[in-house]
Amino acid sequence: MPEAAIERHTLAVLVVNEPGVLARVIGLFSGRGYNIESLTVAEVERDKALSRITLVTSGTRMIIDQIKAQLERLVPIHRVRDLTEEGPFVGRELALVKVVSENGKRAEVLRIAESFGARIIDSSESSFVFEVTDTTEKVDQFLSMLAGLGRLEVARTGIVALSRGPESI
Amino acid sequence: MSGRQMSGAEMVLAALADNGVDTIFGYPGGAVLPIYDAMFKQTLVRHVLVRQEGGAVHAAEGYARSTAGKVGCVLVTSGPGATNAVTGLLDAQMDSIPLICITGQVPTHLIGNDAFQEADTTGITRPCTKHNYLVKDVNKLAETIHEAFHVARSGRPGPVLIDLPKDVQFATGEYRPPEDFTFTYNPPFEPDQAAVERAVEMIAKAERPLFYTGGGVINAGPAAAATLTELVRLTGIPCTSTLMGLGAFPASDRQFLGMLGMHGSYEANLATHGCDLLICVGARFDDRVTGKVSAFSPGSKKIHIDIDASSINKNVRVDLPVVGDAGRVLEAMLRIWKSRGFQANAEAMAPWWAQIEAWRAVDCFAYRRADPVIKPQYALERLRAALKGRDDVYITTEVGQHQMWAAQFLPFDKPNHWMTSGGLGTMGYGLPAAIGTQMAHPGAVVIDVAGEASILMNIQEMSTAVQYRLPVKIFIMNNKWMGMVRQWQELLHGGRFSESYTAALPDFVKLAEAFGATGVRAETVDDLDSAIARMLSTPGPVILDVLVDETEMCFPMIPGGAAHNEIMLGPNDRGQQADAATREEGMVLV
Ligand SMILES: Cc1cc2nc3c(=O)[nH]c(=O)nc-3n(C[C@H](O)[C@H](O)[C@H](O)COP(=O)(O)OP(=O)(O)OC[C@H]3O[C@@H](n4cnc5c(N)ncnc54)[C@H](O)[C@@H]3O)c2cc1C
Ligand SMILES: Cc1ncc(C[n+]2csc(CCOP(=O)(O)OP(=O)(O)O)c2C)c(N)n1
Repeated sequence: MPEAAIERHTLAVLVVNEPGVLARVIGLFSGRGYNIESLTVAEVERDKALSRITLVTSGTRMIIDQIKAQLERLVPIHRVRDLTEEGPFVGRELALVKVVSENGKRAEVLRIAESFGARIIDSSESSFVFEVTDTTEKVDQFLSMLAGLGRLEVARTGIVALSRGPESI
Repeated sequence: MSGRQMSGAEMVLAALADNGVDTIFGYPGGAVLPIYDAMFKQTLVRHVLVRQEGGAVHAAEGYARSTAGKVGCVLVTSGPGATNAVTGLLDAQMDSIPLICITGQVPTHLIGNDAFQEADTTGITRPCTKHNYLVKDVNKLAETIHEAFHVARSGRPGPVLIDLPKDVQFATGEYRPPEDFTFTYNPPFEPDQAAVERAVEMIAKAERPLFYTGGGVINAGPAAAATLTELVRLTGIPCTSTLMGLGAFPASDRQFLGMLGMHGSYEANLATHGCDLLICVGARFDDRVTGKVSAFSPGSKKIHIDIDASSINKNVRVDLPVVGDAGRVLEAMLRIWKSRGFQANAEAMAPWWAQIEAWRAVDCFAYRRADPVIKPQYALERLRAALKGRDDVYITTEVGQHQMWAAQFLPFDKPNHWMTSGGLGTMGYGLPAAIGTQMAHPGAVVIDVAGEASILMNIQEMSTAVQYRLPVKIFIMNNKWMGMVRQWQELLHGGRFSESYTAALPDFVKLAEAFGATGVRAETVDDLDSAIARMLSTPGPVILDVLVDETEMCFPMIPGGAAHNEIMLGPNDRGQQADAATREEGMVLV
């Protein structure tokens, strides 16, 4: 049998915001050996106590289908959408990037930051903290451009995503 | 509308009664004393005091499985009470048994402090329950219990746990009955009609079709089993079943090929291997059934009917999934089959049936008698003969060879009469499960087919059986070995019988007597029939210790990692067995 290709999917999951719900989702992934590449969660509908989880995972087709079916059968889960499969979507993540560099490199750092639309949110004589919001690929690119220019410290949120167009979850 | 005011402890009992519970299996302790106190003052719910919490959960499983649709109920204390229940919860989870387990918890303000008998019960049981709750507000308690029942029995059934801090049991709040609530958890039940239509068309066209039915048909209820039976007969298609599905289609029917899988029949496994259409109804392509997945039923199109979408395409890719309740799907199939005037494809299927009869003629369960030594298979044949004609017989089992022989040799013609630990394979399951079954069916014959090693795992429940005068019969097939372990050691580990012999077994007759029950022993074939007759005619619980051949192996067997057509019929049947490479690959499998 040919090895099945590994696919990467972004899932949007609407859950009841109750204690333990995140443990259930994470436990499902760890207990069954699935990958989580990133996961973000926050309450999105206060009145209905609903939170939205955006999850990026990878696996063969069969595993991705399993993940969705397994998520769907968790009791506090209202809805699971495979954004990757269901058409175009926009995904963004936020990264905070601290660059500590020598004087001679600061101009170059600023030039790169500007070209990526990063905002300066802190600066000192030897450092900057940038905020950049973009696709995962763009953020990766930004980081690799900065890599040679100083010591980096990075905090990233993982992506949040919505489908394009008028449809919603 | 306002509800009645009562304590949390009283609410537990009110909610159980309102959900149709008449029996609860449990064991007291500090963290559930308020509930035990409330129980003392009421008569709606009867409590069965077990001897270890694990026994309570298996008893509740036996109760639920033998009553088709009733939810089994368990009440245990915090900490060790809850952890003792864990194995049973996972057992119920694996075998899709609806249970409610209420565990006491330390008072809310002590949670997280390593308080006396505190355990993170919801954390520990999250992966071994269908769902669980920690209730911190007495005004949420009634709704939570009602929802727990709804979750336990809806869709694919399973165990649901409610962790209840002691202060919430004491607190007073408002109780409302189940009718006052609606729940958002509503798994799909009705199938997609177009998919059912396509399934029927595939069946009508097939030349070598096979029904492969499982525990899901039992879960769907006796009506689903009756519909299955009608459909199988109408279509003239052979039918095999998993261990969990036995009884859904009558074993005595010519169209039944016996169980498939690792210790299934030759005809069932070769038919699975050779069919051109496999119609899976409420079964989950377990590794005990598929053997080597890449060689499983290689030439067939596959239809999979299951209420749980996550069972589909989990182990084996299927061509047509149908998500829904087995009963509903089978009814729809039957309706379409009739309304579109399909006929059993007798001509096309004649060679298929001829082939199956040839496989059947191999007589794969044949064994050689060794009188006066009792062969385990012979013991079960005599048990079967003694039970012939009775329809009030319920069989539970422990885990091991005896379990497989029971599946092979005892006839199950009706659903809900066979209770065995399939998915988890929990030794110690059978006796408490028999107790739960007997509680539900006081006048019936309930027999635990046991091994001498397994029975010792929950032997303390003899005391429960005696206390409640439950006439359970324990049929020990005593080979002095952990026979199933010994068999694997013999076949896969060069005959190195490491730690699989029990050198100091109790005298089971005296043990029965010490509990206040009756003990009987059969040592030779000449004793057997009269011993079985005595077991069945003696009132109250009885242990029958049948000394059987110590080294008999259970066949047929598909060795781990092998394909169905590599099935071994006996110890010397290595001709068809896979090459050494497969054997090594198989050895790492469980
Ligand atoms: C020592 C030992 C040896 C074993 N050897 C064998 C063997 O040789 N052969 C064998 O078959 N088993 C064997 N087993 C048992 C095996 O491990 C599995 O438990 C068993 O095969 C699973 O049965 P099943 O596929 O019917 O699924 P179950 O575990 O009964 O699951 C039921 C399936 O039906 C679905 N379902 C539930 N309710 C409904 C509904 N209302 N409508 C539709 N679908 C529903 C569920 O989602 C699930 O997919 C052995 C066990 C032990 C301990
Ligand atoms: C709790 C538990 N521990 C270990 C096992 C592994 N195991 C499976 S069968 C078996 C031996 C059972 O021996 P016995 O009850 O005497 O039955 P026999 O196979 O001899 O019929 C063991 C140890 C298990 N299934 N359950």
